[in-house]
Amino acid sequence: MSYETQLIVVILLPLVVAPVCYVVPSPRVAWLLTLATAMSCFLIAVQLLLAVLDGGGFSYHLGGWAPPVGIEYRLDVFAAFVLLVLTAIFLVCQLYAGSLTGKSGIKEIPLAIAPTFFAATLLCISGLMGIVVTGDVFNLFVFLEIASLATYAMISLGRQRRALTAAFQYLVLGTIGATFFLIGVGLLYAETGTLNMQEMSTLMPELVDRRTTFTGMTFVIIGLALKLAVFPLHLWLPNAYTEAPSVVTALLAGTSTKVAFYALVRMTVSVFGLETIADTPLPLILLIVGALAVIVTSAQAILQVNIKRLLAYSSVAQIGYMVIGVGLLTVEGLTAGFVHLFNHALTKTGLFMAVGIMLLNTVDAKLPSVAGLGRRMPWTSAAVVITAFSLVGIPGTAGFISKWALLDAAMAQEAYFIAGVIVIGSLLACIYLLRLLDVMYFRAPEKVSEHMPDETLTVPFPMITALWVLAIACLWFGLFTEHSLSVAKLAATNIMGVQ
Amino acid sequence: MIWIVLIPLAAALVTAMLAPRLSPQSRVPERLAMLGAFVQAAIMFFIVFQFVTVATFSAGPWVLAEPIPGITLAFHFEPLSLLFAVIASILWFATTLYASGYMRAHGETALPRFYCFLGISISATLALAFSANLFTMFVFYEILTLSTWPLVVHTEDETARRGGRTYLGVLIATSIGLFLPAIVWVYQLAGTVTFTPGGVLPAETSGVVVSLLLLLFVLGVGKSAVMPLHRWLPAAMVAPTPVSAFLHAVAVVKAGVFALAKIVVYIFGLNISSDVLAHWIIWLPAITILVASLIAMREDNLKRRLAYSTISQLSYIVLAVLLFSPEGTLAAGLHITMHAFAKITLFFGAGAILIASHCTKVSELDGMGRQMPLVFVCFAIGSLSIVGLPPAGGLWSKWFLGQAIVASEYPGAWLLLGVILLSALLNSIYLLGIAVRAFIKPFSGAATIEAVPWSMRAAMLIATGMTVLLFLIPMPLHEWLVVLTLSIR
Repeated sequence: MSYETQLIVVILLPLVVAPVCYVVPSPRVAWLLTLATAMSCFLIAVQLLLAVLDGGGFSYHLGGWAPPVGIEYRLDVFAAFVLLVLTAIFLVCQLYAGSLTGKSGIKEIPLAIAPTFFAATLLCISGLMGIVVTGDVFNLFVFLEIASLATYAMISLGRQRRALTAAFQYLVLGTIGATFFLIGVGLLYAETGTLNMQEMSTLMPELVDRRTTFTGMTFVIIGLALKLAVFPLHLWLPNAYTEAPSVVTALLAGTSTKVAFYALVRMTVSVFGLETIADTPLPLILLIVGALAVIVTSAQAILQVNIKRLLAYSSVAQIGYMVIGVGLLTVEGLTAGFVHLFNHALTKTGLFMAVGIMLLNTVDAKLPSVAGLGRRMPWTSAAVVITAFSLVGIPGTAGFISKWALLDAAMAQEAYFIAGVIVIGSLLACIYLLRLLDVMYFRAPEKVSEHMPDETLTVPFPMITALWVLAIACLWFGLFTEHSLSVAKLAATNIMGVQ
Repeated sequence: MIWIVLIPLAAALVTAMLAPRLSPQSRVPERLAMLGAFVQAAIMFFIVFQFVTVATFSAGPWVLAEPIPGITLAFHFEPLSLLFAVIASILWFATTLYASGYMRAHGETALPRFYCFLGISISATLALAFSANLFTMFVFYEILTLSTWPLVVHTEDETARRGGRTYLGVLIATSIGLFLPAIVWVYQLAGTVTFTPGGVLPAETSGVVVSLLLLLFVLGVGKSAVMPLHRWLPAAMVAPTPVSAFLHAVAVVKAGVFALAKIVVYIFGLNISSDVLAHWIIWLPAITILVASLIAMREDNLKRRLAYSTISQLSYIVLAVLLFSPEGTLAAGLHITMHAFAKITLFFGAGAILIASHCTKVSELDGMGRQMPLVFVCFAIGSLSIVGLPPAGGLWSKWFLGQAIVASEYPGAWLLLGVILLSALLNSIYLLGIAVRAFIKPFSGAATIEAVPWSMRAAMLIATGMTVLLFLIPMPLHEWLVVLTLSIR
């Protein structure tokens, strides 16, 4: 297969397998199908990244129609990098989801609707990958909707009825975001007469002074910011993450917001252009909301009792770091944002997986319920320690690399205020995660459940394997960064150099 | 040779793996730790006497990984590092010997966890000692903080948890909040964070920036316990006594001052003109010396009194380092050594008193000297060393520190000398007072005296012996440090 063909196959494959998964009778078969698809997508993504690193970007013309008439799929370093992150996280999550088809999965998702779940994840990942590779702004909207609809369905699979409210809330806000995006695209189309990203970017400099263009840009950015859950548009995220089944939360934490971030960077830096953006108040706004996100939501995370909600607030804070990276408008800043995308995907997915495993044996997701689990689930808890350290940014873990890169970028711009925010954010993260570790390791269980307090609990093998793959990745990419930091840097130079 | 840092780690990992299969009475954890410590100390001696030549120190760093371009995880051999590593190795052996008696006699549980994290901390300390740049040092500094936390909260009760929270809170907050930004700043200014003889800061760096950086480092390396960031050290005293003795009198706190010494020597450089520095920074340790001594006088709890004494003594080293002179560095190296042996003797003594009589307060020790002569003689010699009197090694470090202060061009050097002398007076009141009380006042008979395990006595004798030995023959150490100070000029 030529690389161009692989580019379209990677999106079509899950899209085609999804309905098949829905109709197969056995959850186990559906899982195997999904896992095989995830594996193929991952391998293709690896090849595509290597190809891009080797020979530069390339594009696929859908239906043979050359752009700007037809829809174009483009792959550059940044797209290939995010594509790899997506497929990797998807693969690990599917490995984890293997337990859903067994006895222990009953608590997560009922066996009867497991095939629906697998179909929804496939649709979701297909949509997310589509957003990454498309070179057409309207097509981006279409994929955004595919991914979002699948996401609403997945969130509503949560065991408690509150999941339905959370899904509905996300549906309303997500639709508003998508509508904003669509209105923006409409306005830009009216001005430029094209939907192709490259064409639009060449026309932008002349049109930027027009009020319609400016309005269109504003709508696009606000719409994407809502999907990305940038502070203060993040209100849907804590509910959705808390109520969704843990496997869904893990998947969303590693993919959905990352793709929204990708779309925001793609639209602002690539399409609108760096010069255009630099003249608007956007960089300043991004820095301010990023800083507020880091401080306010980290502080909110400290107040949470529900572990999933705590981690969800922490996710909003981490999005703040990435947004700050973009707001700095330098190669170093973007590099920091990109590498944080990579590292945080590993870290947060791992943490949510670990919480999911712990929840299999607890009454609820509240902090007191996990008391004493450090001894009863030694391997899971050890992985929590590693991923939590990575989230704080303890040196030697992946999280440190992104914090360092961001601090470095902020100091290079003499943005000492931002540097201070990053440092304070890390300290707040330290507080809320140490609270978790303290309860897990140093507090005796409050009430005796059906298990003996000292008994070591068994953990489904696929779950613990998936978790440890991510935990080891957190350590590995804390020391050897030629595949994370270097590629991120290349992506940042590439995306800024094009303009 | 850098592989020696893996010996304690290996012992720790083996303990962790065996832990589920061991009965609570099993002596395997301490045997493993002792074996590791013995092998380590032996190898250390072998290296020092057989292998170390000038070529060893001129060899380039050994790079393990390069996470960020230009910033490596790398180790090197350097005289100051080797000195620190040798001290840590000798005292690790003494501590495991001591702990094997103490932990049993005191009825502590979760011994595999204890020895496991003790091993990890030693590995982190040694790795910190050999780190070739600020980044590597920061990595192991943080690992050291985190791996000692389970040791501080070992008893798992509410007091221990509160102490652990203060411990972790202060150390993590200062390291991430001040130390890390300072490192990034150095990287921005100099383009490198590698320890280089003569310093790395460009010559045109303004005095304000240099002073601010120095302040960030002095406060950011919270392990050196300069006031007002000293609170974690008394809080850490909830830990079992061997932990207080080894980690919070030697490994952790000395890692802090050692890190500062390396930063001053290899990042700032001793050639830095003394007029660009803000002179008031040196008064931070000077004030700490006095205030901590004053607080120590009022503390009735023996371990807390020793903790405040440690805070005061650490600031001697910080002060010596901040003189920015070869003589100061020499005095700092001497005091790191002398104080390590003396303070561990005192803590060993405090633990032995606890085991024998269950007393934790100074006011309960009347007349006990005659009941436990060995313990209190060792305690008295340790106290003499801290005060700086013969027959103990502490005399020499204070002597050279005084010389360094007088030789320095600091304004108010005579006032600094006054601080040192006044503090020595206070030390003699609050430390020698204990020994005097124990030997001279009549024994109340309230406490029953039990036997102290032989391993604890042996450990005390090793530490006291080293203190006296360093008084009698300080010259090899001094010569070593002179060579060092010549090499870094």
